Amino acid sequence: MDILIAWILRAIPFGTIIMYGAMGEILTEKSGNLNLGVPGIMYLGGFAGFASAYLYENTVANPNMVFSVVLALCCAFIASMLGGLIYSFLTISLRANQNVTGLALTTFGMGVANFFGVFILDGRTATQSMVYKTFQTKIPGLSQLSVIGQTVFGYGFMVYTAIILAIVLHYVLNHTRIGLNLRAIGENPATADAAGIGVTRYKYMATCLGAGISGLGGLYYVLDYNQGIWATTGQIEALGWLAVALVIFTTWKPLNAIWGSYLFGMLYWLYQFLPTLMGFSVPGYITDLIQMVPYIVTIVVLVMTSMRKKRENQPPASLGLAYFREER
Amino acid sequence: MEHAIELRHVTKTFGSVIANHDVSLSVRKGEILSLLGENGSGKTTLMNMIAGIYYPDSGEIIVDGKPAEIRSPKDAYALGIGMVHQHFKLIDVFTAAENIALVLDKHEKFDLKAIKKKARKICDRYQFEIDLDQKVYEMSVSQKQTLEIIKMLYHGANLLILDEPTAVLTPQETEKLFAVMRNMKDDGKSIIIITHKLHEVLAISDRVTILRKGEYAGTVDTEVADESILTEMMVGKKVALNIERPDPVNPHLRLNVHNLSIANHEGIKVLDNINFEVFSGEILGIAGISGNGQKELLEAIAGLQAPEKDSSIVYYPDDDRDSTAEQLIGKTPKNIRDMGIHLSFVPEDRLGMGLVGSMGMVDNMMLKSYSEGRSPIANRNAPRHLAEEIKKELAVVTPSVNTPVSRLSGGNVQKVLVGREIAAAPSVLMTAYAVRGLDINTSYTIYHLLNEQKQKGVAIIYVGEDLDVLIDLCDRILVLCDGKCNGILDGRRTNKEEVGLLMTRLQDTQEGGVA
Amino acid sequence: MAASHEPLLRIVKRGESPFKLKIFVRLISVLLALVVDALFIYFVTGLNPFSVYTTMFQGTFSTAMRFSWAMRDLASLLLIGIALAPAFKMRFWNIGAEGQVLMGALATAAVMVYYGGKLPAPLLYTAMLVAAVFAGALWGYVPAWFKSRLGTNETLFTLMMNYVAIQIVACCVNIWRGQASGLGKLNMKTKAGWFPQFFGQRYNINLLVVVLLVVLMYCYLRYSKQGYEIAVVGESENTARYAGINVGKVIIRTMILSGALCGLTGFLIVGGRDQTISTGTAGGNGFTAIIVAWLAKFNTFYMALISFLLIFLEKGAGEIASAYNLNDFASDIIAGIILFFILGSEFFINYKPIFRRSRHETITKEVG
Repeated sequence: MDILIAWILRAIPFGTIIMYGAMGEILTEKSGNLNLGVPGIMYLGGFAGFASAYLYENTVANPNMVFSVVLALCCAFIASMLGGLIYSFLTISLRANQNVTGLALTTFGMGVANFFGVFILDGRTATQSMVYKTFQTKIPGLSQLSVIGQTVFGYGFMVYTAIILAIVLHYVLNHTRIGLNLRAIGENPATADAAGIGVTRYKYMATCLGAGISGLGGLYYVLDYNQGIWATTGQIEALGWLAVALVIFTTWKPLNAIWGSYLFGMLYWLYQFLPTLMGFSVPGYITDLIQMVPYIVTIVVLVMTSMRKKRENQPPASLGLAYFREER
Repeated sequence: MEHAIELRHVTKTFGSVIANHDVSLSVRKGEILSLLGENGSGKTTLMNMIAGIYYPDSGEIIVDGKPAEIRSPKDAYALGIGMVHQHFKLIDVFTAAENIALVLDKHEKFDLKAIKKKARKICDRYQFEIDLDQKVYEMSVSQKQTLEIIKMLYHGANLLILDEPTAVLTPQETEKLFAVMRNMKDDGKSIIIITHKLHEVLAISDRVTILRKGEYAGTVDTEVADESILTEMMVGKKVALNIERPDPVNPHLRLNVHNLSIANHEGIKVLDNINFEVFSGEILGIAGISGNGQKELLEAIAGLQAPEKDSSIVYYPDDDRDSTAEQLIGKTPKNIRDMGIHLSFVPEDRLGMGLVGSMGMVDNMMLKSYSEGRSPIANRNAPRHLAEEIKKELAVVTPSVNTPVSRLSGGNVQKVLVGREIAAAPSVLMTAYAVRGLDINTSYTIYHLLNEQKQKGVAIIYVGEDLDVLIDLCDRILVLCDGKCNGILDGRRTNKEEVGLLMTRLQDTQEGGVA
Repeated sequence: MAASHEPLLRIVKRGESPFKLKIFVRLISVLLALVVDALFIYFVTGLNPFSVYTTMFQGTFSTAMRFSWAMRDLASLLLIGIALAPAFKMRFWNIGAEGQVLMGALATAAVMVYYGGKLPAPLLYTAMLVAAVFAGALWGYVPAWFKSRLGTNETLFTLMMNYVAIQIVACCVNIWRGQASGLGKLNMKTKAGWFPQFFGQRYNINLLVVVLLVVLMYCYLRYSKQGYEIAVVGESENTARYAGINVGKVIIRTMILSGALCGLTGFLIVGGRDQTISTGTAGGNGFTAIIVAWLAKFNTFYMALISFLLIFLEKGAGEIASAYNLNDFASDIIAGIILFFILGSEFFINYKPIFRRSRHETITKEVG
């Protein structure tokens, strides 16, 4: 039982990282843009959040931690949105190929984060921002209450904002005019255009906001999950691709991202907890194999959706394609 | 009289292609204007500029007496202009109501229940039958069109543009549509209907504006118009069709199509139990309103369709003997070629199927023959010679035989395609809308080429839309209606009225049933 | 006419862009990118961009050894680009080169580990090669099969396959290293499976292969029947079917080729360059090569040029890093900016923006 709780306590924060990444990408892909720059964007968000909090703490005598949190969130969001803006300008306005632009953005984002990261590290291999303590603050009474209190309330606030965000995203996409318009653009931009919807504006908005949300995943990774530590050896890139996988797994539905991300978290930590849970030890190399389960599961989901051909579960029909009104 | 919309000297070009040149027209308030013209005369492009899809290169658009800049469909909506496109602008995974909600005004509240209520009222008023909660991908073509019109009515469009709305409708549905259009006209709304069916023009419209090759050819009041006047304006000066029709020499059976049925992916039969024979040295015409199974019929013979069970297409190489006959059903185009059967096929979609747009003439010449020979290297010498030859013989205008064919004009693209198919020394030659969008001269070149092939003993299947040409060119004419064979006529004895009647009205035959 | 209501900027698709324009636009884009990079360098580090660029130049050209290393890395990147060319020409988005290379490398390493010293050298090399090509081809075949049968999205499928490959490599490395902290060079003592020295370097064999493949792949795509089929399928599946081409077969065959060449790259990297394997063996080249293949429009000679540009930047950034106490992540930023500019410049080759003013001029001209 204790092991199961420990497992959940690891899985949910892990899931939260990729949940942010995936929610941002769902929003982006709903507008028809396949942004493979998610890892780069998460790097940008993670670094901007870390750097702003770290610099603030180290320049002000008595740093206000709440302000530090807000500052980190804002900087992460803005930096990621700028990444999304580069992608948007190239793919929407200049109609560059989405896959290639996304990959270039991943290179660029990783470069920017690590390049400036080295300045902050200043020769060390890792450094820490104390703001993580605020990020990790739990609800005092509830989180110690019992097993349930621990597993339900035992996390920093960003775990809960992620859930709220997923619900909000679900509502906006499915029950508001903005969401309807956005989905229409992702399905068939020519039709949306003919209906008088500003395709370009929506695509920009969705892609930039999506990037901002994805970037929060990077921020959460650095300032909460990783206890505020910035190091030269980041694993954000792998997390970014896992977020892209999660988008497929959810069949482009934000509510599925909630349980899907936790499931991915459980699968990711499977290698550590399952053997203990089952009462036998497993050699290290098997754990490597277990770690590929999330990707295998994603491939299976991808194949199943293409087999069942249920229209509601397909990727947005215009995903990956540039739109030019006068094309003929 | 007040004008709902006026176009003055509008010009639009695409690259080197002039789609509309100096077109002016006007629509009065509360009238139905027919926009008439042959395929490719620039009707849709012109209307797309009113709807904000294209932006004119020059000229002006005046709405309600005021100059208007229609930069986007949104601007068009704001001006009360709604267009029902030929290819419906609907989102497949949305319900009907959600599709209606897409065109809401900004200040209207987003409330699906209220939208459905209001849409239901419109449906009741005009007696539309539609399930507002149905997903579009589950709808039939006519349901989708109904939805499109409801969408525009919901939006309160004052000027409604319908782009060939009757092409996909049954006669009953067409009548219903016309009734709705008359109601809207009585409400003071203006309607532009694009069509090339003369009887519809005469039945529904107040005035007719005619476009010819992208240019304005004139406007007449329907009261004083008749089919011959309209036809004359449409095609320009009355062209005495002077197509030769040599008598078939020593014809024998080449193809026997028996029980051919094809269902589309929705399970609806697009071809239903078709039976006919094609002889060597004759031209068999296929008439019918477009979309009545012509495409599927030719593709089935070419090995590109999967017909239903019990369908049979038998090919006879030299004579009518059964011993050498070959069944074509179940064979791929490559199988058929490997059997030594030369089937040539000029498909309707020239650049999307018959040719590769980004390749030059040379590479397109080898599309069907590239795999010949054992060498892994593709031989480009023969195709180059062929390309040069076709360029010279058919006077193809192109900078070089390596210029991508997508950059050539429509007529030249067709010459390249027909030239290649004829060069393959076919025993069966199928053409779909071979002269669509071509000028008169090029059209005659094509007719001449077909006759040449005919005299060489080739069996030719000619799918066409111009009845005059069909009647003057073909030895026999098979009329398709609603996927069924509605009769086979003798080209020398029949007349336009007979063919036209068979195209629009299904005969009450034993297997046909009642439509 | 109410001129002010016209759209400020309209965009028209170009019919045909002259060769000169293409060259001009691309040159301008690279130049602009270098200016932006210079500004970046100046504002971040306060260094004189010109001396930085000079230093950068030295990263590749200062010594023969440096140049040789640059060529070594160029070979890996370019090989993958060549491998991707047929798939991309077919409009099959093979994002899985990273995984296909890793699988090839893994198969090579496995043969070295289990048969090194037990097989005579020629047989060992053959076994390494065959295993690598087979493993890479398999990794290409799986998504292609699903694409041709079920229409499964290949971009996402191949992307996921990368991570499956990474974990398998991690697993094997874990087994082979035993108690040691890292895997080190394989067969350190016997050097079994290591490529022989060739003009002083083992990796010169890789260079030889890449030069050969640049020419071969160029010819394959341009002159062979299969290359023709690939072009037709990429342009329009409908036309391909009309021409009697078995689309599914071409997709599968081409992806097997693409994967096999990636596997071959893995073989060359392990045997000729690294003599070991890790999850970083492909080193992101699988992704970078996608950009290379795309920008070169599948022309292998252009690919060589673009690969060289990127490697030059990478080496140059490394040089800056050591000379000015920066870090070599700068190369990612500089390369990223250049890629953005080149990607964006394509727009000006395919489309023509028309500004309000210029349109008026043409109208007046016509009237006058």
